[in-house]
Amino acid sequence: MRHTALAQTWFLSLRQGRQDPDMIYFDNAATTWPKPPQVIETMVQCMEQGGGNPGRAGHRLALEAGRIVYAARRAVAELVNAPDPMRVVLTANVTEALNLALHGLLRPGDHVITSSMEHNSVMRPLRALEAEGVELTVIACSPDGALDPGEVEAAIRARTAMIVLTHASNVAGTLLPIAEVGQIARRHGVLFLVDAAQTAGACPLDVQSAAIDLLAFTGHKSLYGPMGTGGLVIGPRVNADRLRPLKQGGTGSRSELEHQPAFLPDMCESGTPNVVGLAGLVAGVDWVRRRGVEAIRAHEMALTRRLLDGLAAIRGVRVYGPQNPQQQVAVVSLRIDGMAPDEIGLRLDEEHGILCRVGLHCAPAAHRTMGTFPTGTVRFGLGALNTADEVDASLAAVDCLARKGQ
Amino acid sequence: MSGMGYAVILLPSTSHAMHAEATLKQAGIACKMIPVPRHISSDCGVCIRIAREDREAARAALAAAGIAWEGMHDC
Ligand SMILES: Cc1ncc(COP(=O)(O)O)c(C=O)c1O
Repeated sequence: MRHTALAQTWFLSLRQGRQDPDMIYFDNAATTWPKPPQVIETMVQCMEQGGGNPGRAGHRLALEAGRIVYAARRAVAELVNAPDPMRVVLTANVTEALNLALHGLLRPGDHVITSSMEHNSVMRPLRALEAEGVELTVIACSPDGALDPGEVEAAIRARTAMIVLTHASNVAGTLLPIAEVGQIARRHGVLFLVDAAQTAGACPLDVQSAAIDLLAFTGHKSLYGPMGTGGLVIGPRVNADRLRPLKQGGTGSRSELEHQPAFLPDMCESGTPNVVGLAGLVAGVDWVRRRGVEAIRAHEMALTRRLLDGLAAIRGVRVYGPQNPQQQVAVVSLRIDGMAPDEIGLRLDEEHGILCRVGLHCAPAAHRTMGTFPTGTVRFGLGALNTADEVDASLAAVDCLARKGQ
Repeated sequence: MSGMGYAVILLPSTSHAMHAEATLKQAGIACKMIPVPRHISSDCGVCIRIAREDREAARAALAAAGIAWEGMHDC
């Protein structure tokens, strides 16, 4: 009983936010909120009705859990046009998926190319691998985050094993030219890994037409699933025999062996998975597909256009990134003259009910590229459920703060 | 699944069994996931039971989906 009481205290304090009609959630780039009701209902149903451990027994609840896990592979594979759901490895988030691809495939002596707009979930594993003898080239992007594919091609060497790019910057929103780079990678026989944290569900994505060999995604952003879900979509050009799993352990398959199985997806999925989370991910992807990725993209572009136009008209506001909805996702970084980003963030929250993220956004390289290191920026991350009214209210709030900053 | 008897399809893992089950159902082949019969394998996993008469159709559907199965046994 004591635990119920504690949980209630916790949920009640959260519920205040839910009920506050004036609150504007502009931190969708960190995680989308609110989640569609179907996602929550599916997760509750999963806990109430399907309690088995997938792959660990043959009884009906275990099988039902296994079907949920399979449905998650299938939903993501279909969303990104991946041919084989068995090559969708499910992980806790995109960070784990990126680590699996990088640590799993790169060896000392290999050369890897990335951009200067990467999140630390790419940069830190690469820096760690560099210390172990992997050679790294970081292509400098322009201050608005744009990458010249020609520079990527020029950096390719005989030992280049992989090109790693974020699909869209989580700081400036800039879309990187993944289709062009995919063709370059393919021409040179180099693997192409894309961090789709900011784009899966928000932008059309086709691993086959974009020639993506490894697509890392996270479930809790524009796929509208819960935190603790994600994965790596592995293309046919990746040799699974060369892939080293991040961990070993029980898979429910080949239990007679003391060695890790050597086939996908089991070899990379030791340990009981987040079945409840994956049920939510399936519902989230389903919600996205019903709404339509194209329609979501159009909605977010319209909101971004409205936000950018409004910000351009406010004196004392500096906006970063392409400032063109065609060339970016619904992520806008800004600064206000005479006011530090952390103060802006606090005042937006406390005085205007606007929730956003300030600082370096786990991407110091991107901020160096933009010239905003080490202070960082204020980031508005819009989502499919935001409205034009919310954009207008945030513009009024920024205008109010900009006047104080003068 | 008439009185013609059953066949079971063995797959490398439960994840593959789930994939095979969805693929067979999509192809209109009646199937059921069951624990692997002891006399066939010592593995503790599951396999898919179909009607014997559906063996060829199942082979074709699994091959079309690129699913590698480990064995098909009458039982
Ligand atoms: C571009 C990019 N990569 C990676 C991540 C890491 O995501 P996660 O924390 O879900 O692993 C994020 C978001 O935080 C991101 O925006």
